[in-house]
Amino acid sequence: MPGALNRKLFRDLLHMRGQVIAVALVVACGVASFVLLRNTYRSLLATKTSYYYEYRFADVFAQAKRVPKWIIPRIAEIPGVAVVQPRIVSLVTVDFPNVEQPASGLMISIPEKRTQMLNDLHIEMGRYIEPGKRDEIIISTSLADRNGFKPGDSISAVINGKWTRLQIVGTALSPEYIYEIRPGDLFPDNKHFGVIWISIEALESAFNMEGAFNDLTISLSPGANEQKVITMLDAILKEYGGLGAYGRADQTSNYFIVNELAELQVSGTIIPAIFLGVTAFLIHLVLSRLVRTQRDQIAVLKAFGFSNSTIGWHFLKLALLVVSGGIALGTLVGWYFGLQLTELYTEFFRFPLLEYDMSGQVLLIASLITFGAASIGALSAVNKAVSLPPAEAMRPEAPASFQASLLERLGLQRFLPLSIRIIVRNLERNVVKAVLTIFGISLSVALLIVGFYFFDAIDQIIQIQFKTVFREDATVFFNEPRPARTRYEIMSLPGVIKSEPYRIVPARLRNGHRSRRTALLGIDPNGELQRLVDKDFNIYRLPPDGLILTTTLGESLGVRPGDILTVEVLEGERPVLQIPVADLVNEVLGMSAYMSLQSLNRLLQEGGTISGARLMVDDAQASKLYGQLKLTPGVGGVLIPGSILENFNETLARTMGTSTAVIVLFAAIIAFGMVYNGARISLSERGRELASLRVLGFTKREISVMLLGEQAILTLLAVPTGYLLGFGLCYLLTTSIDTEMIRLPLVISGKTYALTFLIIVCAAILSGLLVTWRLRSLDLIEVLKTRE
Amino acid sequence: MNQPILNESQIGRTGEVVFRARGLSKVYRLGEVDVYALRSVDLDLYEGEFVVLLGPSGSGKSTLLNILGGLDAPTSGEVIFRDHNLIQADDRELTQFRREHVGFVFQFYNLIPSLTALENVELVTEIAKNPLSPQKALEMVNLSERLHHFPAQLSGGEQQRVAIARAIAKRPDVLLCDEPTGALDYPTGKLVLEVLQQVNQELGTTTAVITHNAAIAGMADRVIRLRSGQIIEIHRNETRLAPADLSW
Repeated sequence: MPGALNRKLFRDLLHMRGQVIAVALVVACGVASFVLLRNTYRSLLATKTSYYYEYRFADVFAQAKRVPKWIIPRIAEIPGVAVVQPRIVSLVTVDFPNVEQPASGLMISIPEKRTQMLNDLHIEMGRYIEPGKRDEIIISTSLADRNGFKPGDSISAVINGKWTRLQIVGTALSPEYIYEIRPGDLFPDNKHFGVIWISIEALESAFNMEGAFNDLTISLSPGANEQKVITMLDAILKEYGGLGAYGRADQTSNYFIVNELAELQVSGTIIPAIFLGVTAFLIHLVLSRLVRTQRDQIAVLKAFGFSNSTIGWHFLKLALLVVSGGIALGTLVGWYFGLQLTELYTEFFRFPLLEYDMSGQVLLIASLITFGAASIGALSAVNKAVSLPPAEAMRPEAPASFQASLLERLGLQRFLPLSIRIIVRNLERNVVKAVLTIFGISLSVALLIVGFYFFDAIDQIIQIQFKTVFREDATVFFNEPRPARTRYEIMSLPGVIKSEPYRIVPARLRNGHRSRRTALLGIDPNGELQRLVDKDFNIYRLPPDGLILTTTLGESLGVRPGDILTVEVLEGERPVLQIPVADLVNEVLGMSAYMSLQSLNRLLQEGGTISGARLMVDDAQASKLYGQLKLTPGVGGVLIPGSILENFNETLARTMGTSTAVIVLFAAIIAFGMVYNGARISLSERGRELASLRVLGFTKREISVMLLGEQAILTLLAVPTGYLLGFGLCYLLTTSIDTEMIRLPLVISGKTYALTFLIIVCAAILSGLLVTWRLRSLDLIEVLKTRE
Repeated sequence: MNQPILNESQIGRTGEVVFRARGLSKVYRLGEVDVYALRSVDLDLYEGEFVVLLGPSGSGKSTLLNILGGLDAPTSGEVIFRDHNLIQADDRELTQFRREHVGFVFQFYNLIPSLTALENVELVTEIAKNPLSPQKALEMVNLSERLHHFPAQLSGGEQQRVAIARAIAKRPDVLLCDEPTGALDYPTGKLVLEVLQQVNQELGTTTAVITHNAAIAGMADRVIRLRSGQIIEIHRNETRLAPADLSW
């Protein structure tokens, strides 16, 4: 291309800098969101994969009551099994000196001498335990961070019924506990729970496990059939109290990470798609306008013999240059925010290393998609530019023809002031543009709704879980099921106002070939401290007999109310029971199966056995109660919903706060880009008209209204459209993030709508003000002398 | 045609001074050189008179008209419109001045394309204090039949007549016309001039018309010739010709 044409290109760019910047910003948002989400996704995936590989994360996991060690060769012979690693694992009550309530620690045995093992430890601080030192422990980094423990500190734990002082010598991470929660919990509470590694000798003697183990992790050889291994393993472990083996998919920590990665993948597709759509439209808008104002120049170029392709490429290059600026900016911003987001994830997910790097592939894909969107946007404008015969192009475009608007044809014109008529007719003259603009702005409205929706959904879940379902002040649970008399012992504890015992039994539910490992939860049907509540706050009463399943569990088993479910109890006598399903309840969280406590006790033929109790506690005596519970050996731990909630809110505020801030910023930029470009183009198209009005004595304010009224109407129309669109997107999200773990309720609060409205209106007003600022420099004299 | 409100002997003689300009200069700086658009011009316009400002392009006539109309500020000198000092006025006051006192007619009509003829006139009457009815204004320019046509549906001459109707509807004190026939063919141009003359006579509006077409000078009370930013001659016609009698 000739140099002069290139110079024209750069001057055009410079001349249109306001619009160029607005478009480039939208492009940057699209690229940034894409790079950010893809980078985070890829980084987490890569980090997870290499962590699993380097630290030998096991493939199959199994728990049992007591398995003799001599059985290990038999397990190792199962085809596909590579390494078998027996362990002793036990949940014990611990006392952290600075924590009021009793806490629990998951004790996991490790060899006295450091050797390669499955689920290997990454020592963060301090050192590995020394042989022969049975009181030395390594604790998880999360636990250490949350409670401020350092190597050299000590804690106490109830081991074999006796309080034992344990010396912290190191802190560590394990691929098995990247997401470290108490078994059966949904939210982390690392103030009261953590993993503790201790020498195998210490645990063997403490739990009478000499020559035996109760936990097994296995790695598989390449190409092994996991399901077959699990089946054969279950058969071997059955007589030793096996609780049913499972693969990585059901391993708690891995399960949460995989779920999170899936969510990232969904949002990494939807959000950038919105931006790229808007980009294409804006490029189209700006270029069409440019082509119109440069008709005569195009004609001259063609008259001089420039080919269509040269001219077409000239305009396309303009679009691509604008986009390139946006890609460069977006890549930087996306890279930066991606790093921030990935680092935030490490608050939930503990990795020893973080593989964050900009993948060339992500950048390439982002560039290709963006260039593609821009080219599509530019195409029709460029096509229009080159298809004009020179002679025709040299004549000014025919004056815009107008007609009475629909509103007026309906006879409403008496009610429309002239300034409104001007606005409405301008809108009607280019309906397609108006509709696309509305669509573009409504996308940013929708984006905001989605951004704030997560807060609403989480808030609703919190409302349901912590205010409606669980209403206790504390839950105490035991290491082992306790006999009926324990109920009275609890009531006699200081500060206990009310106590509702519960029973929890691990079980495998089976319907034909479908089965799920879960737990049966027996609660008091008339209980006040734990209730069954569906996602719309409806409270369910447990029937005297039969099971109530969460809808997620019911669907995964393919059962309906009235069906009979086979329940293999994985504890004690391990009876296999046939229990009818009484109902399904659409709870927001988890896969649970409920029964009345009495009926569960009866089915298990165990009298009034309980696993724990939910307590209403007198605040004044809480410290005394927790102090006493700390000293009670049978107590596995105490859950304080308030503390879990506080911890949850804190981490949530950080991660969601950051990502929502990014979404708000990006959405505001879209709205700004749309309104600013729309108004700038109106200004350039109607500058002459507005200048004439100024000459006739209209004030700046009056012509600003005529200019911006169009954008104001479009923005106001975009708000309800955007609300609908946002609602639709949220619905899409609830169905695509409908994991077994969580069922997002579709609730959008009035606050979300109001806040969205406010942000959009502010972005629109800001861009409007920027444009009216240009009205000041409107050349009143020039306009009188020239014909457009 | 109606009876003239003022007879010819009164025009420009007994009428009060509407505009009083003294020592008007306008300098544009073009790169390294100063270009004088106006050099120390003194001028009075009288109530009710019809003035033609004549001169080749670049003579400063448009600059003079723009300054009188409150669209431009001189580099030095003063302009008094009745009791308003236009030099000291800020943008808001100039807007108010144009709104209340000045009617403009442009070479390229500058109608609002999205409004009908009637609405283009209404636009101005809505913000005026004591306007004519829009229908009456359009009737004066003989466009009663085309009230509801959009600019794109009107010929050039018709558009210019709408522009005149729009300018006079607010009963301005002064009507400033910049090459009103410049974009029109011969017969249409004459038709527009007739309308201007008729407005001048019926409403007594002080009218200043800029043109480089010397033939138009014949219909004026006074003819002011400009060249290189200076007034070189002010000529009073003893008799005004009817536009129909002009030829070029």
